[in-house]
Amino acid sequence: MAVIFEKTKGLTEATMHYCPGCTHGIIHRLVAEALVELGLLGKAVGLAPVGCAVFVYNYFNCDMAQAAHGRAPAVATGIKRARPDTIVFTYQGDGDLAAIGMAETIHAAARGENITIIFVNNAIYGMTGGQMAPTTLLGQVTQTSPYGRDVTTTGYPIRICEMLSTIDGATYVERVSVDTVKNVRKAKSAITKAFQTQAKGLGFSLVEIISSCPTNWGLTPTDSLDWMREHMLPVYPLGVFRDKTNCEASK
Amino acid sequence: MAAKVLMKGNEAVAEGALLAGCRHYFGYPITPQTEIAAYMAKKMPKLGGTFLQAESEVAAINMVIGASAAGVRTMTSSSSPGFALKSEGLSYLAGCDLPAVVVNIQRGGPGLGGIQPSQADYFHATKSAGHGDFHMLVLAPNSVQEMLDFTFDAFDLADKYRVTVAILADGTLGQMMEPVDTTSKILGPPVDKSWALTGTEEKRKPNLVSSLYLMPEELEATVFERYERYKLIETEEQRYERYLTDDADIVVVAYGATSRIAQNAIDAVRKEGIKAGLLRLITLWPFPKKPLHELAQRASVFVAAELSMGQMAGDVELAIRCQKPVITCHRTGGVIITPEELLQKIREAASMQSPAA
Amino acid sequence: MSATINRILLAGFGGQGILFAGKFLASLGLVQEKEVSWLPSYGPEMRGGTANCSVILSDERIGSPIVSAPDILICMNLPALDKFEPAMARGGLLFYDSSLISRKPERCDISAFEIPATQIATDHQMAALANVVLLGKLLRETKLCDEMTAGGVMQNIIPERKKELLATNLNALSLGFRFAA
Repeated sequence: MAVIFEKTKGLTEATMHYCPGCTHGIIHRLVAEALVELGLLGKAVGLAPVGCAVFVYNYFNCDMAQAAHGRAPAVATGIKRARPDTIVFTYQGDGDLAAIGMAETIHAAARGENITIIFVNNAIYGMTGGQMAPTTLLGQVTQTSPYGRDVTTTGYPIRICEMLSTIDGATYVERVSVDTVKNVRKAKSAITKAFQTQAKGLGFSLVEIISSCPTNWGLTPTDSLDWMREHMLPVYPLGVFRDKTNCEASK
Repeated sequence: MAAKVLMKGNEAVAEGALLAGCRHYFGYPITPQTEIAAYMAKKMPKLGGTFLQAESEVAAINMVIGASAAGVRTMTSSSSPGFALKSEGLSYLAGCDLPAVVVNIQRGGPGLGGIQPSQADYFHATKSAGHGDFHMLVLAPNSVQEMLDFTFDAFDLADKYRVTVAILADGTLGQMMEPVDTTSKILGPPVDKSWALTGTEEKRKPNLVSSLYLMPEELEATVFERYERYKLIETEEQRYERYLTDDADIVVVAYGATSRIAQNAIDAVRKEGIKAGLLRLITLWPFPKKPLHELAQRASVFVAAELSMGQMAGDVELAIRCQKPVITCHRTGGVIITPEELLQKIREAASMQSPAA
Repeated sequence: MSATINRILLAGFGGQGILFAGKFLASLGLVQEKEVSWLPSYGPEMRGGTANCSVILSDERIGSPIVSAPDILICMNLPALDKFEPAMARGGLLFYDSSLISRKPERCDISAFEIPATQIATDHQMAALANVVLLGKLLRETKLCDEMTAGGVMQNIIPERKKELLATNLNALSLGFRFAA
């Protein structure tokens, strides 16, 4: 019988722990497929964050380390500097990357650190039970913004890609989404391009993936995808925010 | 005899690390240790190594975690307020069983404190470097030569036991110059680092460096295993130096720069006929209990001299199980004990010992 | 014979070359195969406050590197003299820049050498080298070394990129050696 579809060898046999309808599984698969298709799986070293994706080290079939909350870009820097031939990536959520790890993120980008960051933005802290994140939308109800995020006391959501677009050290920054099949395919292209950027020694790459959290948003998986489109994409528009892959000479 | 060169203590630390094959340094500027970073910034590019000035102390220690996880010799250095910030990373290093070398050139605290020499991070280094059950192996040099030698040794010890080794010094030792022999030394035997993250090349199972265990029994087992190693370190690595203790009635216990001041004071009181000696601690963890236990059988009074409010004194009392009185001689906040102050304490101790005299 | 030990303290303003003069003495000790320690005061004084530096030269292992009762003292400003003259060991030698310090030393149990070092240096178009003039006088009076040895040490400690300064430094040393009040 002809095999027309199989599991990527970039993922292990472990059963994922994610909630039904969570999009982490899709994104894991995209990352793993990209590494395998580029022939980089054997060189890859991944960093797990603190948050829902903390167990990502059980799922990716490559060397992995687990970093303290927000510190993955710093740990990744240490690994990449020690072993420039490896392909180093972090997999981080919005609380990890945009709150406690903001400094590590910005400075890794500013240094032009030759690493890849996979940034999953679902506008909420998932693992700890649905608290307000830096990317939580105005008016969005969470456990720690029970009356809706109020601009007068908590300010505005942070747009990471827009911010990084001003950083000279960043080589490739794109925001994608996994709400439709078409967007999933685009997301894979972006992730592939990010790894290629690193493999060519071109410098810092980050792909932000707009994602859902049905459990903490209190919506069904399909309603979550609608909510993503209706509420998140207007605040976090998709697109390429920085692409110096053509002008950057190999560093 | 090899030619010696005049070097600052901080430079000697950096040179010791380079001699030990450390090629990855991550740090952040803070007085009085910045010469370490400056030395590395100058030397590393020429050696094909990495010098990276991180965005924060926290980032620097996490970069050390990354480089160590990748299997190379790596270090960071800081001074008290900056070192406190590294607590998070020190705990993760222990939890991941990663070897690393960290250097704290102490200054006065708490808070921003001052920039003058201090030994008030004794508790932090020996007892609570971060959250959770763990220890660092702590070495306390007292000369510029030892700043080099101990940093060199620290890398072998870190690899041997898969622990973090801390060099706990102070502003005096960091800033002072003394002649140093910098000829290369013999490294310890290479250790197996097959656990390192190097990429699988799809030829082996993935390696994992993590400190996360959600099953309590599993986590407990890793801590138990680590404490077995600590027990071995306690047996094998208690280091100290004895100065005129054989006939001593009064034993001064001190480490680092303070132990040198103690030497002067002891020389002076000996001339007065007071039989005083010095137990100079080299490892602060493991704490040298063995010699203290022995000395407690003979000596009548102990004097704990340190630049903190008596942080080490408690360990002396514990080690001798309160069999003999321990009096303290301490200054803090960057004020240094003078030989005269210590001399006075030793005389006081002598009068306790023979009230009739 | 008891071991020889020289406890030297150098004090003045930041920028007067206090640490450099101290480094010279430490390097001299190294050449003479003595035990040596050099300890600076550090911190904001780098930017112009008071600076001082302890140097110990000894035949035996050095205990505390801090000089609290100097037997040789160099003072390059009044606050330094006010602070450290009372601390000097009995019989100590004091060298002070009388161009910058108006008062006379008060202690009778020390030997004081009054040297208008800044004036001498300025007269010879080397205003920044008053420290070296004082050093020259100190070396001569303490007999720590002869002028030729001192010249060799100076050559060792002036960094390669500043070699053009060697000649003036040697000249300043020589002026100090030859100065007689």
